[in-house]
Amino acid sequence: MNKFWGFVIKEFYHIFRDKRTMLVLFGMPVVMMLLFGFVVTNEIKDARIAILDMSNDNTTREITNKILSSGYFQLQERLSSDKEIDGVFKKGNVKEVIVFDRNFEKDLYRKGISNVQLITDASDANQAKMIAEYTSGIIRNYGLTLNQEQNLPFKINTEYKMFYNPELKGVYMFVPGIMAMILMLVSALMTSISIVREKEMGTMEVLLVSPLRPIQIVLGKVMPYVFLSFINAVVIILVSLYVFKLPIQGSIVLLLAECFLFIVLALSIGILISTVTANQQVAMLFSMVALMLPTMLLSGFIYPVENMPLILQGLCQLMPPKWFIEIVKGIMLKGGGLEKVWDETLVLLGMTILLLTLSASKFKKRLE
Amino acid sequence: MQAIVAVNISKHFGETQALKDISFEVNSNELFGFIGPDGAGKTTLFRIIASLLLSESGSVSVMGLNPASEYKVLRTKLGYMPGRFSLYPDLTVEENLKFYATIFGTTISENYELIKDIYSHIEPFKKRPAGKLSGGMKQKLALSCALIHKPELLILDEPTTGVDAVSRKEFWQMLKRLQGQGITVLVSTPYMDEAALCDRVALIQKGSILSIDTPQNIIDAYGKPLFGLRAGNMYNLLLKLKEYENCSSAHLFGQYIHSSFKGKFSREELFSYLNSNRINDAEIIEVTPGIEDCFMQLMEHNEPVSI
Amino acid sequence: MSQDSIIIVKDLVKKFGNFIANDHLTFDVYQGEIFGFLGANGAGKTTAIRILCGLSTPTSGKVSVAGYDAYKQTEKIKQNIGYMSQRFSLYEDLTAFENIQFYGGIYGLSSKEIKSRSAKLFDRLGFEEFQKKQIKDIPLGWRQKLAFSVAIFHKPKIVFLDEPTGGVDPITRRQFWDLIYQAANDGITIFVTTHYMDEAEYCNRASIMVDGRIADIDTPLNMIKKYNANSMDDVFYILARKMVD
Repeated sequence: MNKFWGFVIKEFYHIFRDKRTMLVLFGMPVVMMLLFGFVVTNEIKDARIAILDMSNDNTTREITNKILSSGYFQLQERLSSDKEIDGVFKKGNVKEVIVFDRNFEKDLYRKGISNVQLITDASDANQAKMIAEYTSGIIRNYGLTLNQEQNLPFKINTEYKMFYNPELKGVYMFVPGIMAMILMLVSALMTSISIVREKEMGTMEVLLVSPLRPIQIVLGKVMPYVFLSFINAVVIILVSLYVFKLPIQGSIVLLLAECFLFIVLALSIGILISTVTANQQVAMLFSMVALMLPTMLLSGFIYPVENMPLILQGLCQLMPPKWFIEIVKGIMLKGGGLEKVWDETLVLLGMTILLLTLSASKFKKRLE
Repeated sequence: MQAIVAVNISKHFGETQALKDISFEVNSNELFGFIGPDGAGKTTLFRIIASLLLSESGSVSVMGLNPASEYKVLRTKLGYMPGRFSLYPDLTVEENLKFYATIFGTTISENYELIKDIYSHIEPFKKRPAGKLSGGMKQKLALSCALIHKPELLILDEPTTGVDAVSRKEFWQMLKRLQGQGITVLVSTPYMDEAALCDRVALIQKGSILSIDTPQNIIDAYGKPLFGLRAGNMYNLLLKLKEYENCSSAHLFGQYIHSSFKGKFSREELFSYLNSNRINDAEIIEVTPGIEDCFMQLMEHNEPVSI
Repeated sequence: MSQDSIIIVKDLVKKFGNFIANDHLTFDVYQGEIFGFLGANGAGKTTAIRILCGLSTPTSGKVSVAGYDAYKQTEKIKQNIGYMSQRFSLYEDLTAFENIQFYGGIYGLSSKEIKSRSAKLFDRLGFEEFQKKQIKDIPLGWRQKLAFSVAIFHKPKIVFLDEPTGGVDPITRRQFWDLIYQAANDGITIFVTTHYMDEAEYCNRASIMVDGRIADIDTPLNMIKKYNANSMDDVFYILARKMVD
């Protein structure tokens, strides 16, 4: 058997025999997804809305039908004047009011453009954003089919208006964030721990004096985690697709390729951590503090970057997860292609190369 | 031909000097032992020879190769067994051996002859995780793993520490047999009694070599008569001996207290001293010094010891 | 030395599943003696010591330590014993005095008591220079001596020493035994395991465990005569071999 593959196989033995590792590897992503996800997505089903249709023409009725038949929304009330909007929100039984402009259909056909306003209860910022995005998605789709039928460039402007939290900066899309977090945790934490464990047990000494080259040792340790992290990425995408019914707007191949890039980056951070720590506890602590907190706090996952003080904003630019989350959002939610996420990808690629070089140069062929 | 030539090697870790100007040579196919307590510098020295650490000064040559620059070639030729047995506790006996065979680019069957003698002891347990083996069995497995690629030089760092007396004896018999197959064996141990089993030994303490020679020559160099004393209350005897002005050393040694005396030894004087201290049941015999006696003599010679 | 038994073990059995770690052990340890508890790796020594220290419950048999029952009165046992092992003894990032303070506190000594006892201790050991040093900066031999002093700091009736001298240089090893003799002289019963067979001969009596059973128990001298051997090393080898073959 080839030296290198022998090494990789040994690594898989370690992983599969340690129940805790297996649990962290495969239990955690699913549990986290469900935890974060259910609160958010459950209520998008049958969200109660009110409609103020000031035009009441064929088009607005058709759009209304589309929205109500989507399964996401339930009509609570029809309003007759914008003065009532405040009232229905205060009563708290609708999450969104859709307002069609006067002369909606006429404007659409004459000027090629007309306006619909989406007003949401943004006290739950995340939910508000979801609802608004779902609604506008349906309206956009309608606009597209209209364009195809008529072969004319119609445009329906959807305008957001958020009640109670008008800036709506606290919005986080949990899937990209979770993805970044889990990939970071599994890749960086697990590799750093598994390398440091060899140091602790004294087996690293023997590996070093063996004919294996240091680069082979590192790759051998890392390879299984590339594979497993990638499976994790796929699991997360599947859960978001089938459990949360979150569609992927863009190319899935591109998404997986970006995941792969991010995994390699996280792994090189893991190697780097393993070169500077001597035991498993320190490696774990280091990974937690150096990786998890920034991933959660400084990446736009929970707190939007734009709201932070300037210094922290600058710091955020240095956080790989921030770029990854933007990429995933771009692909998954906005349906962008590589050209849309090109800049972020380049940043991530640059970071990966830098970290890989750094960790490769730091990994020693001796004990000191 | 010399298997190892080391000239004036030194090594610091921060403030502490682990090795002070150490020089020695190991002949080809020799069973050479470094004998000394924990913290004497044995592990550091072995790591330098195994190319895992670099010495700060002096020169080292291992099988004609420089561990600093020619480590790649060197590493294929040596078998190294670090102090803590480098086994994966979650892998079975067989998987451990197979793994080490693979990374050295060989197979178990290819070199089975060499390890058969050792591995056969643990082969019945080959499906058991290495973590569940007893100390003696772990030691045998670790040795099998270090031997699997037929090294020319075997470096064993404290292979018998924490292993019971029976397993230790068996282990030394194995080392003798390996030497018989042409392998140079470099071994370290804190157990003084194991020195006698080596061709030559270096006594090492606090980073310096106290003496290098054959065990017999080291014992012959003790240079004065050594006596064994015994009494009903050993502790009292020890205390009184230490207070005796003509006594130059008194150390517990199994059933006896090993003691040497200044000037010309007079049995009558000693016994009248002991009698005056109400020790009436003392016996005395002349004993041959062991390596441990020599080690202590050299230690005391090198520096005054407190208490 | 009086012949009062301070440890009484009768038909002690400890099983882990189907594995019998201790197979009907019966022995007494007398008040004030140095008792050597010898045996090969995996012979069941650690299991037995754990039971005697009140850390593990026997499967069956009678065990009494310092007059307390090993099934029900484990807390009482723990109050009356000291324990030192090669692996765990002192906190490396605390100073010598802080370690003593900590252990003294565990056993409920007042801080005045701790101060006066530790002053005596440092004085007797010639240890003043290390008092304010962190353990990790103290040479290994001294650490071991300190660890022993800490283990008997609360004046226990029995002290259990699990391979206390592993890897220590020969002179320090003997200094360590001087301390053991001193403690025994002060009336503390010493229960010690070791891999150095010459140390077995320093004991008043010793037992040799093989495969979960006690193969023999006697004074070292008697054993050496009985097996027509030169030393305890030979005795050990003869007994262990016989059982294995």
